[in-house]
Amino acid sequence: MRRLLLILAAIACMAGAAADPAERLPDPVQEARARTLFREVRCLVCQNESIDDSQADLAGDLRQVVRDQVKQGRSDQQIRAFLVERYGEFVLLKPPFSAGNALLWATPWVVLILGGVMMVLLLRRRAGSSATDDDPQSLSEVEEARLQVLLKDE
Amino acid sequence: MITEFGAYALVLALVLSFLQLFLSAVGGAGRSSLLAGAGRGAAVGAFLCTALTFLALVHAFVVSDFSVANVAANSHTAKPLLYKVAGAWGSHEGSMLLWCLVLTGYGAAVASFGEALPPRLRAYAVATQGALGVLFLAYTVFASNPMARLVEAPVEGASLNPLLQDPALAFHPPFLYCGYVGFSVVFSFSMAALIEGRVDAAWARWVRPWTLAAWSFLTVGITLGAFWAYYELGWGGWWFWDPVENASFMPWLIGTALLHSAVVLEKRGALPGWTVFLGLAAFTFSMLGAFLVRSGVLTSVHAFAVDPTRGILLLTIMGIAAGAGFALFALRAPSLNAGGLFAPVSRESAIVLNNIILSTATAVVLVGTLFPLIREALDGEAVSVGAPFFNMTFVPLMILAMAVLPAGPLLAWKRGDARLVVRRLWLALAVAAILGLVAFAFVAPRSALASGGLVVGFWLIGGAVLELAERIKAFRAPWAEVRRRVTGLPRGAWGTTLAHAGLGVFVLGASFETTWRVEAAQALSVGGQLKLGAYELVLTDVGTVEGSNYIAERGIVKITKAGSPVCEARPERRFYPTGKQTTSEVAICPKVLDDLYVVMGERRAGADGQPAWLVRAFVNPWVRLIFLGPLIMAIGGLVSLSDRRLRFGVARKVEKAA
Repeated sequence: MRRLLLILAAIACMAGAAADPAERLPDPVQEARARTLFREVRCLVCQNESIDDSQADLAGDLRQVVRDQVKQGRSDQQIRAFLVERYGEFVLLKPPFSAGNALLWATPWVVLILGGVMMVLLLRRRAGSSATDDDPQSLSEVEEARLQVLLKDE
Repeated sequence: MITEFGAYALVLALVLSFLQLFLSAVGGAGRSSLLAGAGRGAAVGAFLCTALTFLALVHAFVVSDFSVANVAANSHTAKPLLYKVAGAWGSHEGSMLLWCLVLTGYGAAVASFGEALPPRLRAYAVATQGALGVLFLAYTVFASNPMARLVEAPVEGASLNPLLQDPALAFHPPFLYCGYVGFSVVFSFSMAALIEGRVDAAWARWVRPWTLAAWSFLTVGITLGAFWAYYELGWGGWWFWDPVENASFMPWLIGTALLHSAVVLEKRGALPGWTVFLGLAAFTFSMLGAFLVRSGVLTSVHAFAVDPTRGILLLTIMGIAAGAGFALFALRAPSLNAGGLFAPVSRESAIVLNNIILSTATAVVLVGTLFPLIREALDGEAVSVGAPFFNMTFVPLMILAMAVLPAGPLLAWKRGDARLVVRRLWLALAVAAILGLVAFAFVAPRSALASGGLVVGFWLIGGAVLELAERIKAFRAPWAEVRRRVTGLPRGAWGTTLAHAGLGVFVLGASFETTWRVEAAQALSVGGQLKLGAYELVLTDVGTVEGSNYIAERGIVKITKAGSPVCEARPERRFYPTGKQTTSEVAICPKVLDDLYVVMGERRAGADGQPAWLVRAFVNPWVRLIFLGPLIMAIGGLVSLSDRRLRFGVARKVEKAA
């Protein structure tokens, strides 16, 4: 039954409606700005959609709010701040740079730098370090013993 | 009766998987070919039994046996036959059975076709595959049995979600699972190599065909899913960075990295530890995906039924399998030989860079998918991570990777010559830049970003073509020499060229479509008109049609361009009475590369009291390339797979000769 509800919710949210002519702003520049903003704002009752895509009533209301504010000449930053104040960070599809979101924004950099360091280490290996493999085909006695222990553990 | 038989066969498959694990492990450790052979027999048996169960479930769906709980919950007598069959894997229980079928199938394949493998490696691989089979079959038998009966059978079933009643989606899961679960073989080979303590070039050669097969299937599976989303969900998008999409994308990214690092290991003996690590990671991400999709910890449009208990079980299975794998890796990694040395400018370095970027991209997708959970656990704050985040992080990484990609195959192993590569590639870069500038100058509205995307796409295609030309010495050697080189070129080289060019084709489509899509919407009464770029749309009629299990309102939209007819689109709004669900059926008029995409909305009251429908229409330029590109990539994978150098027997002969 919950599954059915989920599906119904998904269908209620289906089929983008932001282009509905009844909602559009008369000024095309303002309308374009509003459309760009829509893509960053989550339809709060939907699964994972922006208000640009969603046909849910709430998404329509949010579009109205954003369009009104665009019309009043408020900046993108002000509009985002207003939405966050009203609905929490949940409403933004791109979380802001903040201490709480540090993990999210730092991960790409950390992994990239880690990879870079590993690559440098790999390149700086001395030719001598690979001379230890006298015969890679056979196991040493110690390795053989360890293997037996491992296999028994399994 | 057939159902009981299927249920019995499933338990038998579990027992046989256990025997497969036990006999193969003992056979491998004790060097007993008799026991190892018995283990292989058990692997084939486990597969046959799982296949019997699967057929029994398909049978129950085809004859609409509603005494089977799974059929009653997911089928309906009025459903078309294709979707009755596809219903067998449309639910949580059925798809888990499909997972087990593919898992045991790959196990049986290793057992049957791995004759040239070293006996112990093969025995350990079959044993690991058996261990995975035990875990997943036990889960299926005890926690999600698709053959469970109902005490009182309903007269009619609850039907499958109409959104899923679609040919692309009927075939999407089998491809996806052949990909996803195919990485289990790589996992098993990695475990076997770690148990043996030996990861070398020969091992890389044995693992590569399985990786290629799994990767190609997964590529097709993901593409089918994207295609389905494009024409079924009805707002023209094809990738939403939805958690479920991400779950299938992460194994793909890791699999792509693995394909490349395995080449380095095979040709140069370098990166053994890293390659094994990726081998373990690919299937771990597949299991993570299974957990995310089925546990309900993340909300998604495509997720299965929410069931926390099952989620915990799947998490436990993943913990056991991945835990064992990475623990063994930690134990063994220090003793692995670091392999051949190479200079900063070399093909090895290029592939290491590829691996770093792909791993970072995977980390981005992983953290983006899980961050809402993490943040909620940390301070209770609910956050969303959606497309804008991924566009800002993932896309630049990929552009970086694609900027250096064409140079990779042209660099020599060990020590490459950067100037030589520049001399060979300048033409591709010049052509790509000129085409990008042309797009910047002439395609409205002007977009530097999308034009840059086109440069990247043409650069990839041009680079792939020039690399091929270099290999066959086109325009430089006499014709006979070129012909000899074309016929002598290994399939693997063709595969590389196709895969890299396919990526370029995809980038072209993605850049063009996302930026230069034309959109129009209007509430139209019958006879109403709508202008869409150069096209003129007229809603000439709206009628009612009856399908086998739905009733639909169908609009007839005549599309003309400068007075001459282009096509007739027939968008529908379907109502499925069994589930009381409404879906919109998109009408697509395909041009060569573009699509005219028409969606009809709900009936509403028009201005003059006449009923009106909100008609939305798009011109999606070059959208076909988005789906064509990945298909070319998958074909590249299959062409590589057919390379005779990758066949098992050859690998052994090479090893003996060496």
